[in-house]
Amino acid sequence: MISALNPYILTLVTFIPLAGGLLLMFFPRRDRDIKVFSLVISLLAFVASLHLPVHLGSDPSLFKFEIDKAWIASPNIHYHMGVDGISVWLIVLTTFLTPLCVLISWTSIHERVKEFFILLLILETALIGVFTALDLFLFYFFWEATLIPMALLIGMYGHGRRVYAAVKFFLYTMVASVFMLAAILWLYAKTGSFDFVVLQNAIRAGSVPGFVAAAQWLFLGFFVAFAVKVPLFPLHTWLPDAHVEAPTAGSVLLAGVLLKMGTYGMLRFDLGLFPDQSRSNAPWIIVLALIGIIYGGLVSLVQPNMKKLIAYSSVSHLGFVVLGIFSFNPAGLDGAVFVMLAHGIATGGLFMLAGLLYERRHTYEISDFGGLATPMPKYAASFLFIVLASVGLPMLNGFIGEFLVLSGAFQARPIYGILAATGVIWSACYLLWMYQRVFFGKVRNDVNSTLPDLNTREKAALWPAAAIALLMGVAPLIWLSSIDPAVQSALQPFAQLAAKVVGQ
Amino acid sequence: MTAITHLPALLAQTLAITPPTGSEYIRILPELVLSFFGIVIMIVDPLLDEDRSHKSLGAIALIGALAALVSTFFMAQDPGNAFWNMVRVEGFSVFFHALVIAISAVVILASYEYMAVQRIRAGEYYGLILFGTVGMCLMSSAVELVLIFIALEISSISTYILAGFRRREAASSESSLKYFLLGSFATAFFLYGVAMIFGATGSTNIDKIASSLASGSVPMLAYVAMGLMFVGLGFKVASAPFHVWTPDVYEGAPAPIVGLMSTGPKAAAFAVLLRVMFEINAPGRFWLLWVSAALSMTIGNLGALVQDNIKRLLAYSSIAHAGYLLVAFTAQPELGTSAAMFYTVSYAAMNVGAFAVVSHFGNVGEKYVTLEDYAGLGKRYPALAAALTFFLISLIGIPITGGFFAKFYVFSAALQSDLVWLTIIGVLNSAIGAYYYLRVIVMMYMREPRADVPCPPVPAATWLAVAVCLIATFYLGVLPGRVLRKATDAGMGMLHISQNTTPGATVASGQ
Repeated sequence: MISALNPYILTLVTFIPLAGGLLLMFFPRRDRDIKVFSLVISLLAFVASLHLPVHLGSDPSLFKFEIDKAWIASPNIHYHMGVDGISVWLIVLTTFLTPLCVLISWTSIHERVKEFFILLLILETALIGVFTALDLFLFYFFWEATLIPMALLIGMYGHGRRVYAAVKFFLYTMVASVFMLAAILWLYAKTGSFDFVVLQNAIRAGSVPGFVAAAQWLFLGFFVAFAVKVPLFPLHTWLPDAHVEAPTAGSVLLAGVLLKMGTYGMLRFDLGLFPDQSRSNAPWIIVLALIGIIYGGLVSLVQPNMKKLIAYSSVSHLGFVVLGIFSFNPAGLDGAVFVMLAHGIATGGLFMLAGLLYERRHTYEISDFGGLATPMPKYAASFLFIVLASVGLPMLNGFIGEFLVLSGAFQARPIYGILAATGVIWSACYLLWMYQRVFFGKVRNDVNSTLPDLNTREKAALWPAAAIALLMGVAPLIWLSSIDPAVQSALQPFAQLAAKVVGQ
Repeated sequence: MTAITHLPALLAQTLAITPPTGSEYIRILPELVLSFFGIVIMIVDPLLDEDRSHKSLGAIALIGALAALVSTFFMAQDPGNAFWNMVRVEGFSVFFHALVIAISAVVILASYEYMAVQRIRAGEYYGLILFGTVGMCLMSSAVELVLIFIALEISSISTYILAGFRRREAASSESSLKYFLLGSFATAFFLYGVAMIFGATGSTNIDKIASSLASGSVPMLAYVAMGLMFVGLGFKVASAPFHVWTPDVYEGAPAPIVGLMSTGPKAAAFAVLLRVMFEINAPGRFWLLWVSAALSMTIGNLGALVQDNIKRLLAYSSIAHAGYLLVAFTAQPELGTSAAMFYTVSYAAMNVGAFAVVSHFGNVGEKYVTLEDYAGLGKRYPALAAALTFFLISLIGIPITGGFFAKFYVFSAALQSDLVWLTIIGVLNSAIGAYYYLRVIVMMYMREPRADVPCPPVPAATWLAVAVCLIATFYLGVLPGRVLRKATDAGMGMLHISQNTTPGATVASGQ
């Protein structure tokens, strides 16, 4: 019965939010109705998306729930969607975070409420689309479609320098993805297909004319677009601005999902289409990732602004993901995917927590707080839980991913592992130090002594994230059992490559 | 005396020409319908009270345009040549007929309330739009260079006058005069080119020129002629380095007319350019077009970066878009033609829509046309601002809009013709372009509204015009297949390539 849904489930999951957003346009401006409706729609998308991992089947390395329909005859564009063990969890992450975003924005958005939730739902569709698309054109379509709603969310609902941040975000990512478009067009011009699977087979069979000469440029075209999104050092400068100015829900989706578009793209398209170039470019990419890990950590240490601190910590954490991907071994890639998910939950949680504080005090400055554990014990406890998940305390989700990445990096080259491991230390330093300054000691600022603790709605937004962080920490196999086969199949060309090298 | 002695011979000659048959009149039916309604407007205009004639005349003009649109259907039923091989009805000319007439209809809709607000006399205005459309229609179906020239003049002279219709404003008169002087200068170049090609090939008929150039060596004169004709047409499509008039003219002309000027005559001129460049297979066109495309894109986009007046900004943007379009002309004919045709359609949809919104925001005397005036419009006109945002997103070239597929087809045609560098220039330019369109969006949504900018309610006619453009832009962005197939069929027909042969044999034969 439910398996009859399979060919349509991806379409359904992807477009439920958009349909909700379109309906919302015709709603009267009664804020409460709009919020409730958005919550219902986003929960609906979440429930529908749970169908995916449950029915993924025995071999998660293959694309499942595929739908492949001709969309436009010329150029040969297909509406081709499908998920494997990697993308399925990123979709669930997106649908999981969106209802939390709706809850967290309940009272913090006062004006143009309708537009806010319309944009949020459109953004969700675009994000899910990025992870489902198996046609390069469709992928680019969704990739670009995330830009406008996100830029508008930052620019319309952000804080002080929101316009600057929104324009910077837009231009940075737009300019970079143009290179990807050029690479996609080149591939199409030579093969007549946008289909990921078709292209992958053609490239592996060596039947793309002129590919050898162009491959390095094509790899870079894709890579630059992804590296800006991740963001990889030194292309990260849009990120702190965008995060600091964005509204809470924007930050949560930005850190939680948008950045993963970049790492997902590297994993799926750079490794999938250009294995040789991925390997030959790996050294400098890993160096940049290592710089990002250490630089992000050190810069986080000295941030006086809580949100900026969390933003730079993302640079550091995403460095781990890139390191894992370009280690080319199962542990590294498993870890990379796991860190993507764990970082989505933990950093999403941190941004939600920071947003709650901002709603109460209208500041992110760490020095404005102190001793908050006394007036807000529940808030402090939740904060601590999420901080520990982010730091990588065993039994919580951050630990599993970072451990796997580090072991993968050690296998690739011990020095990578040693340098990256310092990142874990830095993250403990900046997060715990921040925690100490905000929550411990006496209440230094009188305004803070009467701050209200978490209410039911806020708990409803935070505790699911905390629960998942715990579950991912104690039962990582729920996730890894489907991630690992997919990763193994992604690594197949690399194993062959290694065998070839050894054979010579 | 001599005239008299020659008279019998002349008479005999005249009688020897077979008079056009009925079906030949069907082949210019849209032009006839448009002219008829134009004349009706001129007759009715003096009979009506000047202050109240706006609506009735607008309605007549709209009915005329719609009737002409319907008549293109009848015209399409009976393809073939007409009027001594001067006019040709084929998929190509039907495509452009439908396009320019649809543009005029939407512009008439957008002008409906605008005329009353600006207190402009309506009679000649609507008449000129219809007569101008006749010229544009003829441009797309004429296969005789002299007729093309006449059609070009019909459309140009109408737009020269229309540009000056805000006659209380000095800027509008300046716009009109500038357009007229420079335009006449440019058409003279075109005419000179026609004369030279006649000298080189002995004919002004497109088919004969093509066969003459295809057989045997190409005389030097033909290269010069092509260059001169390109100067004339390059002026009409506002491509660099013949673009200098554009910002001033667009700034002064009435906003709905800018919507028309930047799309209708431009589309028609591109149709002529397609015939001249591809149907004739013009010698030496490659670098001419390459350089002009690269220059237009770069100058247009860089120029737009520093504009504070939205009409000037869109003027520079239209230069840039002419550049993207010219990229298609450097590609192989069978790839470039359909890409260029699709581009004209989606550019028309988004640009006419954008100017419809601009003409409403402008208010009395078009006082509110700077970026500052657009501050906070997202709050005051949520729906209209959202529509303008959609048009701007399309102009940037972001998916789900027609503008995206337009750029996409052009650049993929260029890449398939191995024009890697031009594609890179184009792609980088579209990234630069994102910035200035974004500035408008930023102003509308991320600034507080200014209290001194009035916001009258949006009239229904404007809404209708915007909605048509919105639907067209969205349709082209989601289901471009149908229009593209029409464009491909029409383009192949124009190039005399049968559909079954696979393109790709001739690599940019102009090189």
